[in-house]
Amino acid sequence: MATLEDGVSPTQTVVPPGDVIENPRRRDYLQIAAVAFAGVGGAVTVLPLINSMNPSADVLALSSTELDVSAIEPGQAIKASFRKQPLFVRNLTPAEIAAADAVPVSSLRDPQTLAERTKEGHGNWLITLGVCTHLGCVPLGAGEGENRGPFGGYFCPCHGSAYDTAGRIRQGPAPTNLAVPDYEFTSPTVVVVG
Amino acid sequence: MSFPWARHYEPKNPLTQWIDSRLPLPRFVYNAVGAGYPVPRNLNYFWNFGVLAGVCLVVQIVTGIVLAMHFHSSAAGAFESINGTIMRDVNAGWFLRFAHANGASMFLLVVYIHIFRGLYYGSYKAPREMVWLIGVVIFLLLMATAFMGYVLPWGQMSFWGAQVITGFFSAIPVVGEWIRVWLLGGYAPDDAALNRFFSLHYLLPFVIAGAVILHIWALHIPGSSNPTGVEVKGEQDTVPFHPYYTAKDGFGVGVFLILFSTLIFFFPDYLGHPDNYVPANPLSTPAHIVPEWYFWPFYAILRAFTADVIIPAKLWGVIAMFGSILLLFFLPWLDKSPVRSANYRPMYRIAFWVLVLDVLVLGYCGGSTATPTIVIVSQITAAYYFAHFLIIVPIISRLERPKPLPNSITEAVLGDAGGSRMTETALSA
Repeated sequence: MATLEDGVSPTQTVVPPGDVIENPRRRDYLQIAAVAFAGVGGAVTVLPLINSMNPSADVLALSSTELDVSAIEPGQAIKASFRKQPLFVRNLTPAEIAAADAVPVSSLRDPQTLAERTKEGHGNWLITLGVCTHLGCVPLGAGEGENRGPFGGYFCPCHGSAYDTAGRIRQGPAPTNLAVPDYEFTSPTVVVVG
Repeated sequence: MSFPWARHYEPKNPLTQWIDSRLPLPRFVYNAVGAGYPVPRNLNYFWNFGVLAGVCLVVQIVTGIVLAMHFHSSAAGAFESINGTIMRDVNAGWFLRFAHANGASMFLLVVYIHIFRGLYYGSYKAPREMVWLIGVVIFLLLMATAFMGYVLPWGQMSFWGAQVITGFFSAIPVVGEWIRVWLLGGYAPDDAALNRFFSLHYLLPFVIAGAVILHIWALHIPGSSNPTGVEVKGEQDTVPFHPYYTAKDGFGVGVFLILFSTLIFFFPDYLGHPDNYVPANPLSTPAHIVPEWYFWPFYAILRAFTADVIIPAKLWGVIAMFGSILLLFFLPWLDKSPVRSANYRPMYRIAFWVLVLDVLVLGYCGGSTATPTIVIVSQITAAYYFAHFLIIVPIISRLERPKPLPNSITEAVLGDAGGSRMTETALSA
């Protein structure tokens, strides 16, 4: 801003009068730039709000579970808890493994072999989430005496999804096989899930 | 806007004059629901249900605010705070709790009748499309609020309802599972989910209240519709809202409260599910998960899809379920008939009642165990539901020959042999 000390009289303007009219886009540009900058800044403040709704650190801290599977006999299964969700750990019998391997993979809705769903050297351990991939019910079959459904694996009572001995979807509305979480055997009888 | 013959607010004493010149709120109320709002003289009792829905909203907000003072929103404490503290220890807590739980059922019942009133009398047609669109938004907000409220007691049905409903989002390809985890704030419903549902359950009723103000504002631009569907032609066709419809609505509220109190005091658990008196157990699913009765028709549509056609059956179910409501947004443009009221539309009237029956059968299916018969009946009725809006209504509006309309509301009312009680009331005005 020009001041009187600069030797400019109050009636004179520093910007030639014609300039404003000849170059009106200059002001539009500043306005658009300023509003766009403020708009982007405002929009970015939504990110922490959205991110705060993601699982918090204490929830994520539960994301690894250690299990001792030595007490599970062949043919038995247990229900454990992983990330507050049921986890099925099943010791398959040779007959169940043979039944799962006998199914042609191409006939499956979600084609996977049993070997792809277990760890090498621990082929008898089927470890899956106990969450039906349809709408999240807990299938039956891990507890003693529960209905294992027509394919001998798990059976979801909510809408009748039936899983086989590899935890693969065989019948009913569920779209995919029971999810296999990340896990590893740290010793022959101890498994760390997550 | 209002009709030119609407009465004007004239504050008589100095205090009301002083207020009116500074904040004309009493004037606003006078013009909205007072003597300053002229209403067609021939409204029947189906026009009570808008006001009744407003009463329900107030009942839910008032009882809800008091209940929130005693509720612990934590997975460890929620069940006990409702079934222990509120139901047994808090003074009149049982009453507030049953009023709030049954109030939700009454709210949805009233809203369903209100929606079907709109369908029968063509209230969604020009120039009231915006009233209808905002109404559908309110309905969606109401469903979200009711669902989140049902989760709060943290019983078995609460927990598994939350699991199943958030499971819908995992049907979305690629990002579905991420969205589900984000909505729950965890991998399964737990403290994080319960707390955010409580927060939103407290917020949404006020959003609904705001949407209701827009709904009424949009309604008052053209003014209320009426059973003939003929527009108001002059002063003789209307009566002032107050005292005529305040009195009539007051009577309706009385009848409503009799039914509501009967539920609260004699059948408080009739509409609930016994499994919700079992605390939530993340490791055991109830044998038969059902939502509350007001979601049954939509649950039946969800379950009607059993085969993968290009996309998985689960995704079809979710799309169809949301689609069945989103479809209502397009209704004003699907029904091209210029005649509003089904009283003058012989073919549409039949289609309307078939739709009512169809939705009732869908509701029955949604509340039943999914046996093969129930699934087939759901599939037929779900298909008919979509056919009604997408095929039958557009075709009828082309083929149908409507009955002759009365020249005016007054003619329709006075031409009625012997006249109705409505007529006499209006004449004495």
